[in-house]
Amino acid sequence: MHVKMVVGRYAPDRKLDGELGAPYPPPYADKPRKTYQTFEIDLHDEAMVLDGLIHIREHVDESLVVRCSCRCAICGSCAMWINGHAKLACTTKMKDVIENGAVRVEAPPSMMPVRDLVWDMGPFMEKMRSVKPWLEGKPVSPDEEYRVPNEAMDELVQEVSCISCGACLMDCESYAVNDKFLGPHALARAYRYANDPRDSMQQERLKEYSDPNGVWDCTHCYECVHVCPKGVAPLEQILKIRQMSVAAGYTNNAGTRHALAFAESVRDSGRLNELTLMPKSLGLFNIKAQLQSLPSAFNLLRAGKLPPIIHHKIPGVTRVKAIFKKVGGPLT
Amino acid sequence: MKVAFWPGCVSKGACPELYVSTHKVAEALGIELHELTEAPCTGAGVLSEQNPALADSLNGLTLAMAEKLGADLMTICSTCQGVLSNHNYQLTHKPERMERANAVLSEQGYTYKGTTKVKHLLWILVEDIGLDKIRSLVKRKLTGLKIAPFYGCYILRPEEYLGLREKPERKNYLEQIISIIGGEPVEYHGKSKCCGFPMVTMNRDKALMMGGNHIMEAKSKGADLLVTPCPLCHLNLDAQQPDAARVMKQTIDVPIFHLPQLLGLAFGFSPEELRLDHHVVPTTKALEKVELKV
Repeated sequence: MHVKMVVGRYAPDRKLDGELGAPYPPPYADKPRKTYQTFEIDLHDEAMVLDGLIHIREHVDESLVVRCSCRCAICGSCAMWINGHAKLACTTKMKDVIENGAVRVEAPPSMMPVRDLVWDMGPFMEKMRSVKPWLEGKPVSPDEEYRVPNEAMDELVQEVSCISCGACLMDCESYAVNDKFLGPHALARAYRYANDPRDSMQQERLKEYSDPNGVWDCTHCYECVHVCPKGVAPLEQILKIRQMSVAAGYTNNAGTRHALAFAESVRDSGRLNELTLMPKSLGLFNIKAQLQSLPSAFNLLRAGKLPPIIHHKIPGVTRVKAIFKKVGGPLT
Repeated sequence: MKVAFWPGCVSKGACPELYVSTHKVAEALGIELHELTEAPCTGAGVLSEQNPALADSLNGLTLAMAEKLGADLMTICSTCQGVLSNHNYQLTHKPERMERANAVLSEQGYTYKGTTKVKHLLWILVEDIGLDKIRSLVKRKLTGLKIAPFYGCYILRPEEYLGLREKPERKNYLEQIISIIGGEPVEYHGKSKCCGFPMVTMNRDKALMMGGNHIMEAKSKGADLLVTPCPLCHLNLDAQQPDAARVMKQTIDVPIFHLPQLLGLAFGFSPEELRLDHHVVPTTKALEKVELKV
């Protein structure tokens, strides 16, 4: 198999030949740009993307820096952008990703490289540390180990498969515009501890994870679920924290107000009341946020798009009310 | 073809132009719309995350209504498509959830057997109507227009609920439609990314930047307009565009079309009939490229 590998390279201390990449988004806007170099190589048909990179390093340009170890999706070292999507280079077959004879590999724009394909894991690790990924112990008897029911562990086993490769954060939409967002990896890890029966800090955790840049800043786009090579489904763990924190009463945030206003509107009319959802979600006494949303309401009005002032109920609303009464739980 | 039509809350609220243009296009294509006027809101994922039993029942009701009618359930919103597909998957793959939902629905005179297929208009266009039929109805080729597809998340992810493992080509239907009506599809990274809408009440500036960045990327690749199958994406990309421009301190000025508006234009409807004059971002410049005025 003949393939053109376009490699995004980064080496601030020397000049590289090739096509200059786009400037980095904040907070790395002042860093030098990446340089894209094309390598034409021959590989066997079943080769992985990582085989291609190692081939380049061994036979074409020994200065290419790539991080890898286990080569079988255990160590999580070789996550990178392959044609603009986060993947592990070791488990991605070259023939599956070749487009018009070429494949493009690089560290994604939101991950600052140290050199070439090795990106700085500092911010990623810092996020993980900040959710306190350890058990704060309840007193354990010195004579016996702490017994945990199997069912409790079944709930957590999905997250335990995480290899901290960073793929989910690489393609996280929210992180791409807000580097303070805790991100899918750290929050999935957070769930693993918040729901462990051996932990004594659950309430503090739920409160903290509900703060700005926590679970409610996830935009629910499913990219993390899509790219995770181990089936961790970080979004699903984030949603579980949301559910736990609402149930625990940590409701003074736009995310919870939005969920409750949404439920109220569907319960009472069978459909979404767009006119009241935004003000209720922002908090009726949050004057600053209310004022910020006014221009777009005015724009809607001017275009003749403002929802009807009188909110009509759907004809089947009694059925909806009955369903809420039966299974609405805390949302009724 | 007859479909059970689920218009969603937004096409009957802040995006009436989507409702109107869907009817025009359906009539031209011979899609018979039986609107489920008594079906409830899907909950847009918000109810699903807080109370899966409630969301199973509400969406199970809609699925059962379509089943009773004996027709596929047609959506015109990526978000409705995602939520209905998700619950349809859960109900038909997890007997205990089906049983729980039916216990609630039976009191309302409904039982869901699990036979309904949920299809977005976009899928029906390609899979049921066919590109040849669409081509035969084109009266006004949109030659010279560079059109950037914007899918929205919930029509693409999670793949297993949306049948994308069996039909991966669903990820390229917008490009196929754009080409068939004479436009030039613009390829860009942001086409399958999030518009930012789900986050707009929680972190307004960042949510606006999210959408704004994708429009600017498409614009840098020469796009005259974006087309989307999702009215929530439309709200964030069109209605909020002036605010996004202010937050980003950039001029954006790229119109956003709903899928049936774009198709309707190619079928010869006037911009007024498709309510292209009811957008926050004027559609004028794009329409002038195909010698039309609003």
